[in-house]
Amino acid sequence: MKNLEVNAIENGIVIDHIPANALFKVMRILSLENITNRITFGTNLPSSRMGTKAIIKVSNMSLDKANLDKIAIFAPNAYVSHIQNYKVVAKHKIEVPDNFEGSIMCANPMCVTNKEVVRTKFQIINKVDLAFRSFYCEKITMLDNFEIREG
Amino acid sequence: MSNKHLVSIGDFTKEEILKIMELASFFEQNKSERLLQGKVIASLFFEPSTRTRLSFETAINRLGGRVIGFSDSGNTSVSKGETLHDTIKMVSGYADMIVMRHPVEGAARYASEVSMVPVVNAGDGSNQHPSQTLLDLYSIIKTQGTLQDRHIMMVGDLKYGRTVHSLIHAMSHFGVKFTFVAPEELSLPDEYKMYLKENSVEFTETTDFMEQINECDIIYMTRVQRERFSDLMEYERVKNTYILRSQMLKDTKDNLKILHPLPRVNEIDKDVDDSPKAYYFEQAANGVYARMAIITYLLGVK
Ligand SMILES: [Zn+2]
Repeated sequence: MKNLEVNAIENGIVIDHIPANALFKVMRILSLENITNRITFGTNLPSSRMGTKAIIKVSNMSLDKANLDKIAIFAPNAYVSHIQNYKVVAKHKIEVPDNFEGSIMCANPMCVTNKEVVRTKFQIINKVDLAFRSFYCEKITMLDNFEIREG
Repeated sequence: MSNKHLVSIGDFTKEEILKIMELASFFEQNKSERLLQGKVIASLFFEPSTRTRLSFETAINRLGGRVIGFSDSGNTSVSKGETLHDTIKMVSGYADMIVMRHPVEGAARYASEVSMVPVVNAGDGSNQHPSQTLLDLYSIIKTQGTLQDRHIMMVGDLKYGRTVHSLIHAMSHFGVKFTFVAPEELSLPDEYKMYLKENSVEFTETTDFMEQINECDIIYMTRVQRERFSDLMEYERVKNTYILRSQMLKDTKDNLKILHPLPRVNEIDKDVDDSPKAYYFEQAANGVYARMAIITYLLGVK
């Protein structure tokens, strides 16, 4: 196995093949800023596939479907490995879901989700370029305009 | 809760659209059917729109129902800071249906999630106004005898005009052909062109009003508003290009009808009003029948 430049972990998850510039967005959308688990991460690491990439390792954590979907927003080509006793027990390619709820804001300032306490809901109408249609105002939010929403 | 709502025109299938056409025609023949006897309909206009409100309230009255509500949100609990959620929850406990207009986009969709009774969207900002679309469709079927295989020319502000976008969606069920006539700055957004391509709907785009005027069955006019232009020179240059005048109609098809969601400013010259092809005032009258159809269909009383 290649030296990953980031220490191996005993139990937890590894999120690999994150675009180098998306590291902190992925950390933020998964709320990793607020947990006490041990986290190691690196960015601008060499990648044969992507040029450069970022990687995040979190001890004693697992990710459910909702959290895997969140990763897809900023790192649609990432892989997530679940580690037990230093071994990879499961490895998932991230998949961009059909629908997405919460976590990001609708880019339309006149949308009800920006005016009242309403959780955003989107239909993903382009999974390659990441275009999200708001379930409420029906306007489209593109990847460049994604803003993470707290709570 | 399996209430049926009308928030976007996409909420109705082709079959449901045709059902509404049939009901609207029935109500045009039978203007006072007391199908809403004993029912209370809430008419909540969080922003004023006299035209739409009067049309809905006439429809409810003709059906024998009673109306509660407000015609703008000043002087109500809303102006005291009540959330949309709470207003809708409360009113849906009083009424059998909510008709609402709101300046916030997506407000009606959200209300439909909160409400215990059917919600009809009477306009949510620049987003949707499905009862307008259904009255447009009713005007087309009434004047053409069918919705099928029509050639529709849409003129003016195709970028921001929500009635244009909804009509494009609805007519795509019916083997339509479109000609879009607009200044470059107000041309139809790519999103809708993609939709048309995906659904194999034939369309052409032009800046020349006269190019296909003699081939179309419907001219759908919209207002070209000064405030929509980022470049006022461009506005000055095109403002008179998209005005329909009676001499432009001389070689048009006999079955041609001119529609406009109203109010118009100057985009249809007054001399067109006397033409038998002018249909915009009748179109507005059709709104009452279309709304009677929508209300009775959603309440399951017809
Ligand atoms: Zn929205």
